[in-house]
Parts: sequence; C-alpha cells; structure tokens
Amino acid sequence: MANGRTAVRDNGAQKKKRGPWQVALILAAVGLSALFLGVPLAVIFTSAFGGGVGVFWREITEPSTLHAIWLTVLTAIVVVPINMIFGICVAWLVTRFRFPGRRLLITFVEIPFSVSPIVAGVIYLFLYGSQGLLGPFLEAHDIRIMFTVPAIFLVSLFVTCPFVARELIPLMEVQGSDEEEAAITLGATGLQTFFYVTLPNIKWALLYGAVLCNARVMGEFGATSIVSGAIRGKTNTLPLQVELLFNDYNTVGAFAAASTLAFIALLTLVLKYILERKAHG
Amino acid sequence: MFSKSSRIRKGVLPGFGITMGVTLLYMVIIVALPLLAMVLKTASLGWAEFWSIVTSDRALSTYRITLGTAAIATLINASFGLLLAWVLVRYEFPGKRLIDGLIDLPFALPTAIAGLALVTVFSRNGWFGQYLEPMGIKIAYAPLGIAIAMAFTSAPFVIRTVQPVLEDLSDDVEQAAQTLGARPWQIFRHIIWPMIFPAFLAGSALSFARSLGEFGAIVFISGNLPFKTEVTSLLVFIRLDEFDYPSAAALAMVMLIVAFLMLLTTNLIQAWQLRYAERS
Repeated sequence: MANGRTAVRDNGAQKKKRGPWQVALILAAVGLSALFLGVPLAVIFTSAFGGGVGVFWREITEPSTLHAIWLTVLTAIVVVPINMIFGICVAWLVTRFRFPGRRLLITFVEIPFSVSPIVAGVIYLFLYGSQGLLGPFLEAHDIRIMFTVPAIFLVSLFVTCPFVARELIPLMEVQGSDEEEAAITLGATGLQTFFYVTLPNIKWALLYGAVLCNARVMGEFGATSIVSGAIRGKTNTLPLQVELLFNDYNTVGAFAAASTLAFIALLTLVLKYILERKAHG
Repeated sequence: MFSKSSRIRKGVLPGFGITMGVTLLYMVIIVALPLLAMVLKTASLGWAEFWSIVTSDRALSTYRITLGTAAIATLINASFGLLLAWVLVRYEFPGKRLIDGLIDLPFALPTAIAGLALVTVFSRNGWFGQYLEPMGIKIAYAPLGIAIAMAFTSAPFVIRTVQPVLEDLSDDVEQAAQTLGARPWQIFRHIIWPMIFPAFLAGSALSFARSLGEFGAIVFISGNLPFKTEVTSLLVFIRLDEFDYPSAAALAMVMLIVAFLMLLTTNLIQAWQLRYAERS
C-alpha cells in the first residue's frame, strides 16, 4: 500500500534554470491538483458557510445532526484504542518472534484494506443478521446486534484493523530488539520493557496510525450504511446523516454536516504531516 | 501448535503467548468469522442458483460498468500520479509542500463527502458543470462521473508508490547519459522509466483495486440507473434493500473473489518491484 510518508526532499531537485518544459509541467501539476483536489474541498466550505455562520450553526445544532456527531465521536473513542492495542500486539508478535505462518498472518491482517466497504457490511450482516450464521442463536437469546450501535463498532473495527499494525511493523522491524533484550536481561519485566523501552521508540508511529485509523472510522460510509440501518437519531453516523440530508434536498444541512468531516480531514492531514516528521526524525 | 515447534526463535523477549493469543482471537472474531459467514451463506445457495444470479443481465451490466469506469479512473490516476510524482521530486516551486500535503486528501476525506462535493461541482449548475454540460460533456449522473469519483478516492496510490522510487534514483546514470549526448526524452524513456515502471504498475493496480470496490463517492454522483450507471457495489446494496439476501450474498462473493485476485496481483507486483529495486 502507498503509505505517503515520503518527505519532500530539496537536495534531489534540480536547481538549474527552468526550461519551458519544466514550467509547463509544474503549471500542469499545480493546476490539476487545484482543480481535482482543491475545488471539491472549496465547494464544501463555501456551500456550508454560503448562508452565513448563523445558518451553519442552526443546521449543525439540529438534534439529529448533533446526535450523528456524537455517535461518530463515540465510535472513534471505542474503536481507535482497541485497534491501537491490536496493532501493538500484531507488531510485537511478527517483529519480535519468528514462527511458521508469520508472513501469512501479515497478509491476513491486511485483508480488510482490500475488501470493499460494501462487502465488509455484507459479511457482518450474514454473521449477526437474522438471516446470518449466528442469527438463530442471537434471536433465541434475545440479543440484537444488527442495526444497533454495537454493529457500527464491530464493522468499524473490521475496516480499520490494519491501520496501526502496518505503521508499526516496518518501524519495529528496522529498530530491532537489541534494546528490549538488554532491558529483559537486566531484569526488567515484560511490561516495564514495553512501557520504558519500546513505547518511547514507537510513540509517533503509533499516533500516526491512530490518526489515520480515526479518519477512516469517522468517515466510513458503505459498511456502516449496511449494518447500522441508518435510523435517524439512533444509529445514524455523520456520513450517513450527510446522505440523508442530501436526499431530503436539505443541501445546506448536508454541507454543514459534511464540512465538519472535511475539517477533520484537514486536521488529519496537518497531524499526519507533523507526525511523519517526528516518526522519521 | 506453535509453542512446541523448534522453528520458533523466541530469544529472551516475553509476550509470545499473549500477543499470539490476542492476535488470533481478534482476527478470528473480527475478520475470519464474518468472512466465513458470508462464504457459508453463498455456499447454501447451490451452484445453479449462484451462477444464475451472478450471470444475470443486470449483474453482467454492472461488471461492465464497474470495470470500464475503474479502467478510466486508473488511466486518469496513472497520468496524474506520474506527473505529480515527477514534479514533486524533481522540481522546486512555491507551494510545493502544500500540494504534497494535499495529495493525501482523498484518503483523509470520507468518500461520501467526496461524492457530495463532486456531484455539486459537476451538476448542471455547479462550478464545472455549468461550462461542461453546454459543451455536451455530462459528468454528474453519467458513467464519466463514476470514473471521476473513483479517480478522486484512489488518487494518492500512484503518486505515493512512484515518489519514493524516483527519490532514491541516483543521478549518475542520467548524468552519464547526458554527457554521452542523450536527449531528456531519451533519458526518461530508457533510464528512468524502466526503473520506476514496477512501482508505477503497483500503484496503478492498487488504484484499480480500490476503484472496483468504491461505493460512498459513487452513490452520490452516479444517479444509480440500472444498466446505465449502476456499479456492482451499488447493486449489492440495492439487493439488500429489497431483502433479496441470496442475490446480495452471491454478488458480494464475486466482489470478494475479485478483491482477493487483485490482492494477489498487487502482492506479486510489489514482490517483483522489491526484487527489482534490490538488483539495481
């Protein structure tokens, strides 16, 4: 996967005079980026604030939108820490030990990245839904998972489970285990070694993975739209609320809700930029 | 099965048992069990029913539309990505860092928000649509819109795979070629292109794979007309809405198989790229 951690380097660039070709290529790159990436971003904010801040505020504080914001934040609060712990476990396992099936396990962890969000939703429906594998069992015990908030948590765990692991694995592989082995040999316990030796070395990459994980959790649409049932004011996350408002022809409301997610996306890019620099010294 | 094996090099570090336990348990509950549930559901259909669902006219038309638009999207991203990677690595200009940061926007922005923005920009009264539609170029609610939505959501792949390779390229070979009188185009064609080609191919394959499964952005811009602008992921969603679970399971199974084939392809390309990088 492309992980975008390539820093722009100055030294490789040619400092010679700019030929006409070079100017043309730069103009084409800047122009296309502005049209392709800049304009969609601009249209979100201009549409959200086109009617003034007052209108924006009225739309954003509409009860079902407020509930969607809360549910989206709650999902991130539940899902991101779990996948951080999972990511640390996987990374520790595959970088500190060699065992049969190790490469297979690394590939397996990456599976959710290759699966369409729609397929992610469908597989959960056929596990927990009334037509699904566990459906009869859950019904017999009067447990309902599909079309509830826990279903949103579960499917979000699925779509984002590789994020932290794939930031940590290459880093911990390169760092090696010499420092940790020294700590253990000197009598530190496993947890002491982790918190005092490993964690300081991986903290920026861990945060970086968490930021990317968070962005995906908050923005997930296809998978959540299948498992949540998108019940207004109950299981509607913010991206689903945007679609609902758009289909209601409430464009201003849709863009107001969308602009909060676009703002989070911009914040993600800024954090990503900072953490990339920290993680790679 | 693992702890007794002599092939395990445990060393002095603790935590093998617990991390293995947590990882396997999590993978089984979160990834394997749901996948198994859908495979079982599909298997319960029987081959004849499965085949008739996945080869129905409507399903076949969604494959055609999905593959066609994903191919266009990949072509857009391959050219855009190559240009951007080249310009960002080789040239200095004001605003370069801003553009380098903005490249990742499609991965940070929720796909549904991208779809909403794109349909607004390309609709008849939109910033682009008001000029394009009178010229006869229809993008919103047309196949081209699907391609643009796919291209947007998978735009960073080619750039981010080609960029590091281009950066690591040492310029002594280029300088040698230049001294020997090679033109810039010849240098690119015969020296740079062969070096970045595996990465370029890997990025394009990732972009294509992502496009095949895209849903959020497309649902806003495609107009969702059967046989015209209906992609496979959308048909799965529609079948679920109609409570036609067998059809949804069978079509999702097709998407899953294609996703695994694409995963295999990209892994093979990336392994080739790695060997290629080590040799050169």
